[in-house]
Amino acid sequence: MMPFQYVRAQSAQEALDAYSKTPGSIFIAGGTNLLDLMKMGVETPAQLIDISRLPLKTIDKYDGGLRIGALVSNTAAANHSLVRQRYPVLSQAILSGASQQLRNMATMAGNLLQRTRCYYFYDPSYSECNKRNPGTGCAAIHGVNRIHAILGESSACIATHPSDMCVALAALEAVVQVTGTKGERGIAFSHFHRLSGTAPELDTTLQPGELITSIDLPAASASERSHYLKLRDRRSYAFALVSVAAVLDLEPDGRAREVRIALGGVAHKPWRATIAEHLLLGQTMERGLVQLAAEAELKSAKPSSGNAFKVELAKRAIVRAVMTAASKEVA
Amino acid sequence: MYSGVNRREFVATAVAGLVPLSSTAGAQSRVSSHERVETALTVNGQPHTLYLDPRVTLLDLLREQLHLTGTKKGCDHGQCGACTLLVDGERVNSCLTLAVMNDGRSITTIEGISPGGRLHPVQLAFIEHDALQCGYCTPGQVCSAVAMLIEAQMGDPSAVTVNLAKTGRIELTDEEIRERMSGNICRCGAYMGIVAAIRAASEGTSG
Repeated sequence: MMPFQYVRAQSAQEALDAYSKTPGSIFIAGGTNLLDLMKMGVETPAQLIDISRLPLKTIDKYDGGLRIGALVSNTAAANHSLVRQRYPVLSQAILSGASQQLRNMATMAGNLLQRTRCYYFYDPSYSECNKRNPGTGCAAIHGVNRIHAILGESSACIATHPSDMCVALAALEAVVQVTGTKGERGIAFSHFHRLSGTAPELDTTLQPGELITSIDLPAASASERSHYLKLRDRRSYAFALVSVAAVLDLEPDGRAREVRIALGGVAHKPWRATIAEHLLLGQTMERGLVQLAAEAELKSAKPSSGNAFKVELAKRAIVRAVMTAASKEVA
Repeated sequence: MYSGVNRREFVATAVAGLVPLSSTAGAQSRVSSHERVETALTVNGQPHTLYLDPRVTLLDLLREQLHLTGTKKGCDHGQCGACTLLVDGERVNSCLTLAVMNDGRSITTIEGISPGGRLHPVQLAFIEHDALQCGYCTPGQVCSAVAMLIEAQMGDPSAVTVNLAKTGRIELTDEEIRERMSGNICRCGAYMGIVAAIRAASEGTSG
């Protein structure tokens, strides 16, 4: 591991000051992804600013919904009684990722900021990687690309975002609260992560020196039902090939008042299936119709040499997740 | 071994920061600029005040400087669970946390999992149910299982828990045990014995 300075910040202000003083600084909290990337030589910070002691570890009722502090552990969020009762899709998604050991260490904000698991990004012995080293090309496009994107990718990068939790947060329309030298702002979840476009080195719209303070969940309707479905190469402790978070709010007669569907493992960011959502809004969730909506969503899919299977997998996963959510009882 | 230096001595020197780990000029100029960081840790009940190179992981600190070699280094990337130990009672991968980040925390390793020189019920169950072959993953498996039994007791759900809204003690079916232990890989494939041992320990039928 390359040498670096290490400082412990006691407050957000101290963290921001340390950041602006030393170029090449990175905030560290859980460290489960960052330290791994440092061992691999992908990340070489000049300074690590340890923010793990900042007072951002509470889950509070807020504006009819929940405010989850940036430094709440993934485990604490998944276990929280209000998350389990009102946002079970978030608990499900968190618990389906990583292992208990990693979830105990990983923070909410860190989960948002984890980097792709593209093999070529993760291994600096490959010189081609526009995400790691802009302008060098993409080794995955003509390489082994089984785990890569099929939606919204660019000719510069076909990496996927690896998080399960973020797929649920996309379907829940969370808001990411940040603080920085220019003040505080809230970022709608759909605007937080980026498509790769021509700048795949940027995973998010977070500005340099901005610090995430909380993730806010809007109020959940009492008639909301949801499901998280994750498909992968082994039963546990593996990244998603395709995952789906489905959140439905159904009228007593079964027609959908609200439909929110997000996909994981298929794009550079959690993919909101807005085409499918639009087709299902106001409708009753019947398998044939959901199938048509899934077909429409995947129409623009452009698989690479090794991941055409994901197109069919994503369609079937949408159908199964939506039908499972629709069949759930609500209190 | 090469140059009369054994592996453990080499690693100990390297992790202590006396040998630059990279030979590039840029890296060497940064070596002189970083400082040792004062870190207070309690390890198996014993307080330590240490002055550490910030690069040292908790795993390397324990093995190479405190000579607690029970905690094993498997993959060193958080993929195998061999380095699992408890920090303030929670199981973590010690390879993915810097020792300096654990200032003020209390660490329990396999050496301290059972005070008083007696085996922990989980350890007894592992012996009884033949839950190992080579034994390399076993310290991590045992630490993980000890924490897992408490998590289930507290009612923490897992990915296979059907009713998330229900609180209270989780019934540890084999499916629950397998899911909850998936962060610990056993390349000998002693999983049948591991699951049986943990089931027995959870039922209080071991030892």
